[in-house]
Amino acid sequence: MPAYEIEIILNRQLAECLSIPVFITDTIGNLIFYNEPAEDLLGKSFNETGEVPVEVWSTIFEPMDESSKRIPPEDLPLVKTLKECYPYHKTFWIKSLRGKIEKISLTSYPIIARENKFLGAVAIFWKAKDE
Amino acid sequence: MKINLWGVRGSIPTTGPDTSFYGGQTSCTLVSEGDTSIVLDAGSGIQRFNGIDITDLKRVDVLLTHLHMDHIQGLGFFKPFFVPGLEVHIWGPASTTHNLRSRLGRYLSPPLFPVLLRDLPCKLKLHEIGNSEFTIGNFKIKSEYVIHPGPTLGFRLQGQNSSFTYIPDHEPALGRNGMIPDAKWISGFNIASSADILYHDGQYSVEEYNSKKGWGHSSLDDVMLFAASAKVKRLLIAHHDPSHSDSQLGKMFAAIKRNNTYKFSFEMAKEGMELDLP
Repeated sequence: MPAYEIEIILNRQLAECLSIPVFITDTIGNLIFYNEPAEDLLGKSFNETGEVPVEVWSTIFEPMDESSKRIPPEDLPLVKTLKECYPYHKTFWIKSLRGKIEKISLTSYPIIARENKFLGAVAIFWKAKDE
Repeated sequence: MKINLWGVRGSIPTTGPDTSFYGGQTSCTLVSEGDTSIVLDAGSGIQRFNGIDITDLKRVDVLLTHLHMDHIQGLGFFKPFFVPGLEVHIWGPASTTHNLRSRLGRYLSPPLFPVLLRDLPCKLKLHEIGNSEFTIGNFKIKSEYVIHPGPTLGFRLQGQNSSFTYIPDHEPALGRNGMIPDAKWISGFNIASSADILYHDGQYSVEEYNSKKGWGHSSLDDVMLFAASAKVKRLLIAHHDPSHSDSQLGKMFAAIKRNNTYKFSFEMAKEGMELDLP
């Protein structure tokens, strides 16, 4: 397989230096990298899993709104970013792998290369501010 | 394919008795096959082109990896620019902001240079490229963005029987843990893969690199690792640091030779070197 374009590589290099969970996907949402802080959310290291198909990792977090109602995928920031090549941010609840309901904020942005080519997206998880 | 190294020094011309063996001129290499000749970068080494008889020349192509001064400073003194009607093609990296003409014009205009780009008598054609594939005469060329500050390309020139990859400024190990040991995640891998000759940045010792991360260059260890990952046949280590004398470069080379476990051949690029590929 050919190497990723440098805009993707540089996003990974940055993610490896951050203490917040960062997920990087290709254009259809396959998880191509996540950093060490993100391993807590996924429960496995990137070394163990390697790349994760979109249908596998998108069902892990069980996103919910404040009334514990499941949020449909099309309302999630990363899904919207992948669809529209536009950044999004949302605060919601997820069920972590430890079974705990956690309030989180998610920021996602598209990776648009120098030649205006859409290469994928980055999702950053934050602990919600009011926690 | 014939390769002439005319400038292998990084950053600033550094000619003098202490650098006369490896050379002090900045980046410039001539690659020829049949009746096609391509100049790679226009550092001060491009002066050597001016010694060539260009009476019968119809066209000349210059491929610029990027527009840092040590890669364009020779342009103003490039003889073909001043030959009326001669086709001069400059190929350089596209930017998201200004076009190639306006970026080159920052240097080729007063007060830095007395002649404006638009006043050159040659027939100047500018080509903006990125992750591109194109043909010049006998060469099929691939360009690809690589990690270095500002838009910067590496080139792979494929001749009839052999390939030459040119990445004079490159920091594939940028990041907390250095180069990622997976080809998919290595900047420049696609154009370097299995090259007959790889010409690559190796500006720093490992110790120097530790205090210069993010400056856009490679340590000797990293260039060796990069070449091994890409499975090249031969490596030329270039973009020598201007502070490194011949004696220091000799010692640095001896050290990597001593510790070498790789199978490909490698050497320090030396100004004036001529290489032949079948």
